Amino acid sequence: MSGNFLSQYGGEIATLTLEHLWLTGAAMLFATAIAVPAGIWLTRSPRWAKPVITVANVLQTIPSLAMFGFLLPLPWLGDRAARIAILALTAYALLPILRNTYAGIRGIEPSILEVAQALGLTSRQLLFKVELPLAASFILAGLRTATVTCVGIATIAAAVGAGGLGELIFRGVASVDNRLVLAGAIPAALLALGADAALGLLERWFRTPQQ
Amino acid sequence: MPAAIEFREVSFATAQGRRLLDRISLALEAGTITAVLGRSGSGKTTLLRTANRMIEPTGGQVLVGGTPIRDAEIIGLRRGMGYVIQETGLFPHFNIERNAGLVLEAEGRPRDERIRRSHGLLAAVGLDPASFAHLYPRQLSGGQRQRVGLARALAAEPKILLMDEPFGALDPLTRAEMQDMLRDLLHKLPGRVQTTVLLVTHDLDEALYLADRIVLLEAGKLIANLERAAFLRSTQPEVSAYVRAFHRGERSNASKAGPE
Repeated sequence: MSGNFLSQYGGEIATLTLEHLWLTGAAMLFATAIAVPAGIWLTRSPRWAKPVITVANVLQTIPSLAMFGFLLPLPWLGDRAARIAILALTAYALLPILRNTYAGIRGIEPSILEVAQALGLTSRQLLFKVELPLAASFILAGLRTATVTCVGIATIAAAVGAGGLGELIFRGVASVDNRLVLAGAIPAALLALGADAALGLLERWFRTPQQ
Repeated sequence: MPAAIEFREVSFATAQGRRLLDRISLALEAGTITAVLGRSGSGKTTLLRTANRMIEPTGGQVLVGGTPIRDAEIIGLRRGMGYVIQETGLFPHFNIERNAGLVLEAEGRPRDERIRRSHGLLAAVGLDPASFAHLYPRQLSGGQRQRVGLARALAAEPKILLMDEPFGALDPLTRAEMQDMLRDLLHKLPGRVQTTVLLVTHDLDEALYLADRIVLLEAGKLIANLERAAFLRSTQPEVSAYVRAFHRGERSNASKAGPE
């Protein structure tokens, strides 16, 4: 990419990168706010685990372009493309976070939980002092998978006009301009790699060696 | 004075209808150590777990200090009882000091009190706080971890201590050290409240060494409830069978030595 190209598109790339970040970030916030409590709830009512995780699984198998299409005609949501994009990305992010929260807590050594209860920790203390800290690296691993997936899928959001780096890619494809395609694809890839590395560090930080 | 713990006709059956405890009646006098012996599956652990409502009996009731625990507030009940199990169950993400002071932390006691108390207890169980307080459970040997488990159980000065095969996973020498330490702790620790201990074990020697009374369970039924000294002399067939099974080595040595 020549300096000329960058001076022409640099500002737009920056704006679209920010937009991309905003779409993904908002979706991750929503997905975490839904999936972590839901995962905790599933550990309390394990008979729901299979059906709920199956639903999240099915959501994830819907092709992203189709998902954006389905949401387009919905009232209120359809008014603003960003709403559709965030909702769709949230749906995709649910499964990894939900599954890892559930598995992370269920995987804690039973004797630890038994003693915690027998010594009189309240269920709140059990959750915040024992279960969440011990499952934290698992939950973060789920978050990491979800984030990387969403950074990728967010490029499709441009198809419904939600903006983000996909816009450059779509425009590049339409005008057969590979420079434009790369101008969208490279920052998107870098975002994914950056998120992966940052969350990976965080995950390592929270990893507790078991006894 | 009411018994520290009383099991009154306590029964427990699983949802599938398997009867694990069959009308067990047993009273533990305050300040005594009672060992519950029995083979695996005899219901020892189940009985112990009814005392802190980890299991709710399907029949009969458990009383602590004369009050049925069914009506007791469960968190307070449990905090008033120390709990030690074979697997230790230390929290891998807390250092030793925090593990030992966990019950105090749960009760919301101030940090400096927690630290003072947990350091005192670590010293009492034979772990120098200066070198151990900031280590993590994975850095300790099995015996050391079990010491921390005991310190944790005693941190809130419980009147009752429930121990489920506490030394079962340790080698014989470490086990003997731990038994000595427990005996010292319960008898000598200054200013300690009288602790009533319910000790589940399958080790007859451990029961004889530590307990005032020995209870034998078989298939969920209470077979014998005897003073320590009376246990070895008992002519009850189940009791003498248990004693024989345990002291086979000594007898075979004795018979090899033969008449001289």
